[in-house]
Amino acid sequence: MNQAIKRVWVALTMMFVVCLAGLSYIQFFSAEKLADNSLNKRQLYREFDLPRGAILVDGKPIAESVPTDDGQFTYQRKYNNPEEYAHLTGYYSLANGSTHLESDLNSWLTGSSSDLVFDRLTAMFTGKKAEGASVELTIDGDLQKKAYEMIPDGLRATIVVTDPKTGDILAMASKPSFDPNELAVHSTVKAAENMKKLNNVKGLSPYINPAIGNLVAPGSSFKILSTVAALESGEYDLNTVIDNPTRITLPGTNTKLRNFEAGICARQPQAKLEFIFTQSCNTPFVNISEKLGAKPYEDVTERFGFGQQLNIPQSVTASVFPTGMTASQLAMSTIGQFDTKTTSLQMNMVAMAIANDGVIMQPNMIDKVIAPDLRVIEDPKPKAFSTATTKEVANTVAELMMGPVQSGTAMNAAVPGVDLRVKTGTAQIGTTGMVNSWITGFAPGDDPQVAITVNIEQVDYDTGHNTAGSLMKKMTEAVFNK
Amino acid sequence: MSELHTAPVPRRNLELVLLLLALSVGAAAFFLVGSSSDANDNTDFFVQTGILAGLALLMHIMLRIFAKYADPVILPITVALNSLGLAMIHRIDLAKTTDQSMRQLLWTTIAVIIAAVVLWAIRDHRMLRRFTYIALLASIILLLLPMIPGFGVTINGARIWVRLGPFSMQPGELAKITLSIFFAGYLSSNRDLILMAGRKLGPLQLPRLRDMAPMVVAWVLSIGVLVVQRDLGSSILFFGLFIVMIYVATARISWVLIGLLMVAAGGVFAAMTMSHVTRRIDVWLNAFSPEIYQARGGSMQIVEGLFGMADGGLFGTGLGQGSPYRVPLANSDMIIASFGEEIGLIGLSAIVLLYMLLISRGLRAALGSRDTFGKLLAAGLSFTLGLQCIVIIGGVSRLIPLTGLATPFMAAGGSSLLANWIIVALLLMISHNSRRPMLGGVGPTDEVATPGAITTKAVKNV
Repeated sequence: MNQAIKRVWVALTMMFVVCLAGLSYIQFFSAEKLADNSLNKRQLYREFDLPRGAILVDGKPIAESVPTDDGQFTYQRKYNNPEEYAHLTGYYSLANGSTHLESDLNSWLTGSSSDLVFDRLTAMFTGKKAEGASVELTIDGDLQKKAYEMIPDGLRATIVVTDPKTGDILAMASKPSFDPNELAVHSTVKAAENMKKLNNVKGLSPYINPAIGNLVAPGSSFKILSTVAALESGEYDLNTVIDNPTRITLPGTNTKLRNFEAGICARQPQAKLEFIFTQSCNTPFVNISEKLGAKPYEDVTERFGFGQQLNIPQSVTASVFPTGMTASQLAMSTIGQFDTKTTSLQMNMVAMAIANDGVIMQPNMIDKVIAPDLRVIEDPKPKAFSTATTKEVANTVAELMMGPVQSGTAMNAAVPGVDLRVKTGTAQIGTTGMVNSWITGFAPGDDPQVAITVNIEQVDYDTGHNTAGSLMKKMTEAVFNK
Repeated sequence: MSELHTAPVPRRNLELVLLLLALSVGAAAFFLVGSSSDANDNTDFFVQTGILAGLALLMHIMLRIFAKYADPVILPITVALNSLGLAMIHRIDLAKTTDQSMRQLLWTTIAVIIAAVVLWAIRDHRMLRRFTYIALLASIILLLLPMIPGFGVTINGARIWVRLGPFSMQPGELAKITLSIFFAGYLSSNRDLILMAGRKLGPLQLPRLRDMAPMVVAWVLSIGVLVVQRDLGSSILFFGLFIVMIYVATARISWVLIGLLMVAAGGVFAAMTMSHVTRRIDVWLNAFSPEIYQARGGSMQIVEGLFGMADGGLFGTGLGQGSPYRVPLANSDMIIASFGEEIGLIGLSAIVLLYMLLISRGLRAALGSRDTFGKLLAAGLSFTLGLQCIVIIGGVSRLIPLTGLATPFMAAGGSSLLANWIIVALLLMISHNSRRPMLGGVGPTDEVATPGAITTKAVKNV
């Protein structure tokens, strides 16, 4: 009997040894593999238990971590003025992941950035929890609020305001917007429900900041670039007389293109650039494109930022100027139709270039990064993004941009006492009868302080034209306190 | 009767020293758990440490009076495990703002007092032999209790609970003890008949059916009820207990092989026909597939436990520093994973070694016992403890499918705590009887029901 009991002991001991081997395998040999498993959310959970840095505007938090006692995590991410900033901050959510600045600034906000290595070491030895850094934005809280509030509800519209001398983004607001607080709730069930609701809102994606993520046809606002191409070629100047027929047959096709606002353009069958630009006539640009060919346009658009990678630090979708086109497609592209597609920020950069003697300053939203001990650990200095064109060409176009406000397509944007320079655009969307309305420009003309771009997507012509102009007017007034 | 002789020394003072060591481990754990929370209130710490020290001392004094030759290691290990478990349950409470640890502390108190009563009332384990068939009847009743409509409750798919006012109990936990008593009593009386009588079939000696009948009834009943109640863990436990006790009684490996074949056949049958068993095996094999992870009753629990343990690594996050509360049932079924996360592989190995030591001491008591009944009972009870640990650790570490067995002394749950403390009291009693000085050779109470020279001869052959 004792022999049997001893054997039972041996058997049990062997099974215990197997158990110990199993535990060793999990906790030591395959620990790293388990940590990297896609189902493993522990790293994320840890982040949710740490005080995450705030995103600040004018020193006040628009996204902050506040202590909570919901029993799940120590902190809850809270968004102030949520709708105004939703497309900038994005959200930081357990169920839905994180987007926009919450994602792009993550290493700073969590304190895992290499700039904060000293703070982490200190935290390790003092036993305190490591805190993330806060990020102050270049956004002007007042302008952002006004920009968001002036956009009529129900429209899909974006306003971008930048400082052309530094590239600082002062306001970037879009409607429709959403409340990131609803996606950042800790309950994954609720977060998923709220996300579902948002996905039903037309024209809204919580994953896309419309100002930098929506690519739309720029319409006639693209003529700024076509004019730059024309002037750079040396073939055209302000005194060149260009044919301005009411209708023109697109090269190589039977398709007719007419001047959109036929009434006024028709007054001058032959015109100089000033009249053409002011009234936004189409047919002269067809002639110019035939004469120049595709190459100059490709060069100009590239210098202005088309097709280029850009982070502000949100990642900006690259704008598109098509290549390998037929002559008729090129003609349509030079008036901002066909497959030419831009973001609102790209059209703002076009205005920035003209305002700043041809040099585009790198658009940027980060003012400074502040460590938990209030040390400034990152203070981005303005830097040039590209030299888009020569000072002379820029100044010539700047002069041309006076016309639309004074006597052309943008008279409804005029602000008494402010020298506003703009170009409007209306891109037809297929045969839907709907248009994209644009207006982009800068002010004041002699010493530009701001570049402003307004874009309204998928709207009927009258509403689009009227609203774009009035938004430009109100925004200019907001900037100059008129 | 082959015996192991140990010098009859009480060794109660050694036990007291070890108890102080065990209590200081427990106190350290309580302190770490309490200090890692933001609360500055130390009441919990003093209450827990105080009550546990009092209970440990009570048992110690009981042993000094009623079983002074008992094994000095068993009680300290039990106290250490119990207090570690309590600390972890408290730690999960703090994270989840639940109040399980007070319940557990209450149950610990009840369990220790009942264990003390067992020591005092029974004194000599041999008197339990008189209750062999009553133990069988008690087992049947305990196992059937949850099936009574209105009385039994189904929790997590297993109908193994009864509710009595505010208390819910798993009577099956106590059936481990009564079944061990029955098997020990029956086998110690009939082992010679089982061994000698019956036909030989090749190398196998088949017992007569009527000698085996009560055993088969007990076995069919325990397994049958458990299959109906859908509690896989306890099924495995009872089956293991049955096989091991027959093996210890007969020393015939062929019985183990037959038993294992029956387990294999039963397992295959269950895996193929019973949906909840099939599902468990599926969850076990494909734990990391996202669909099974997300499914209701899927592998989320086990996988989160694995992630937690991997997070803890070699040294652990430190008590109170990890996030074991992310794992469902972190304070009961998955408490091993919680420890793995917070005290690391090293700490968890120490706990496993404590279990191994405890079970070794139990089997040592079986070896030393001077009567067959004591040997069988101690071996059976120790084996139950051991198998529970192995099934739950193997389940948590995904060596075998996870079953809802309680980790002895640590997992939150009153019935299991009570049953295991009674087992400890019985093991202490048996070890006392095996180590105490012999009064004039073999006592009259030894081997009462095994008459004649055959017995002596047979046993000597073992």
